[in-house]
Amino acid sequence: MIRFDNVSKTYPKQNRPALDNVSLEIEKGEFVFLVGSSGSGKSTFLRLCLREERPSTGAVHVLGKDLGKLSNWKVPHMRRQLGTVFQDFRLLPNKTVGQNVAFALEVIGKPKSAINKVVPEVLDLVGLGGKEDRMPGELSGGEQQRVAIARAFVNRPMLLIADEPTGNLDPQNSVGIMKLLDRINRTGTTVLMATHDQAIVDQMRKRVIELDKGLLVRDQARGVYGYQS
Amino acid sequence: MRAQFVLSEIGVGLRRNLTMTIAVVVSVALSLALAGASLLVRDQVNSMKGYWYDKVEVSIYFCTKADQHGSPQCSTGAATDDQVKDVKSQLDKMPLVQSATYESSAEAFQRFKQTNPDNPLLAAVGAESMPQSWRVKLTDPTRYDVIQSAFAGKAGVKSVEDQRKILENLFGLLNGLQTAAFVIMVLMLFVALLLIVNTVRVSAFSRRRETGIMRLVGASNFYVQMPFIAEAAFAALLGAALASVLLLGGHFFVQGWLAKKVLFIHFIGLSSVLAVIPLLVVVGMGMAGIAAFFTLRKYLKV
Repeated sequence: MIRFDNVSKTYPKQNRPALDNVSLEIEKGEFVFLVGSSGSGKSTFLRLCLREERPSTGAVHVLGKDLGKLSNWKVPHMRRQLGTVFQDFRLLPNKTVGQNVAFALEVIGKPKSAINKVVPEVLDLVGLGGKEDRMPGELSGGEQQRVAIARAFVNRPMLLIADEPTGNLDPQNSVGIMKLLDRINRTGTTVLMATHDQAIVDQMRKRVIELDKGLLVRDQARGVYGYQS
Repeated sequence: MRAQFVLSEIGVGLRRNLTMTIAVVVSVALSLALAGASLLVRDQVNSMKGYWYDKVEVSIYFCTKADQHGSPQCSTGAATDDQVKDVKSQLDKMPLVQSATYESSAEAFQRFKQTNPDNPLLAAVGAESMPQSWRVKLTDPTRYDVIQSAFAGKAGVKSVEDQRKILENLFGLLNGLQTAAFVIMVLMLFVALLLIVNTVRVSAFSRRRETGIMRLVGASNFYVQMPFIAEAAFAALLGAALASVLLLGGHFFVQGWLAKKVLFIHFIGLSSVLAVIPLLVVVGMGMAGIAAFFTLRKYLKV
């Protein structure tokens, strides 16, 4: 699903690489936490997966494609096959919940009839059934993040990338979001989630990848947030 | 991609940026109106050239009795019939000459009376003071100098005159106007381009959230950029429409008012104005679309 082969990324005018010779592989259907302090290279890792950046050296394969060799015009098509969720939700404030989810389908040219059918379905799935016509501003943070997940999942992607999806939420809402991501993972979708939330990582007991100053320092099958002594 | 969705996005974009849109529309309208005016002036000059050059003649005037003292080339007195015939036979041999018609003193006097009925000289002069002449039509009106050099100074010939010279001044003025319109057009077009680039930039910035989400969910570059390009092209279309209204207004002003005052010019018709309008629309929309496209390459990266 995701494979990094000796990937390094150095941003212009920076001495230390943001990612330093990282090699790893994430299989189909896995649930993986990406942990590490600020500046450890988590964001760079995710940006490379989304082809927002290209590696300086090494190769990044996502969904079987070498992203370094993927030409610019093919990038949108590749992004349609994965879903993304962010800490700040990234919803359009002037569109309703239903329209926000539908937007993801409209911009890739899905017919109206298909959109009208799948949007309520996916909103039901994330537990927001009947809230299509609410505005994002009227919802709680947890509900807004559910809308974002609905939008990311509406295309039934093979891979869901989440960048601190619980970063802005209280513990109770965070648990709800994690249950939702776990459900999505059980449908066969690979989930890669960067997080700072120690409680969640410790509780879920999933694979943990830890980065420190750009180096891969830990890759543990059923890991916890901190080092185990 | 559904048209309704795209159109609603364009409407939202233009309204959000209303003042800039107005600035773009007005500057595009002015520059296109000037471009159109410049084209129409060129058409006008060409049609006038065709119309007048077809009518102009080279006149070979012969000496009259009155010229004996005033003009040195006529010191031998009025031209004789032989001299007049001699010129004619020489003209007939020249391939450049299309036709030559004779105007007698009496005919010249009649014509002068017709065109200047109130001239006080009429009372003082008679038919005998008007010169007889050959009116020569050339196959190529620009080669007047051939006739000039062949007949000027010949016995009995007073002068060779080219009517074209009178028109050259008028055409010079119109050409000058056309050049001025062209220069202003280029400047206005430049201003319009800068405004379009800036408008698109502001528009892209104010909608970076939407475009960011579009990219996130895998909208194609074309889909992300299309609303901006369409917005710029639509503003240019409004500008072109306004420019067309200005040109038509100018046309009706010329036909309704100027044409009645200035009778000696044959003004170009509505069809010429209508022919220019599609050109303005294409140039305006194309220019705006291309400007938007290149601006977006910089501001909406994948």
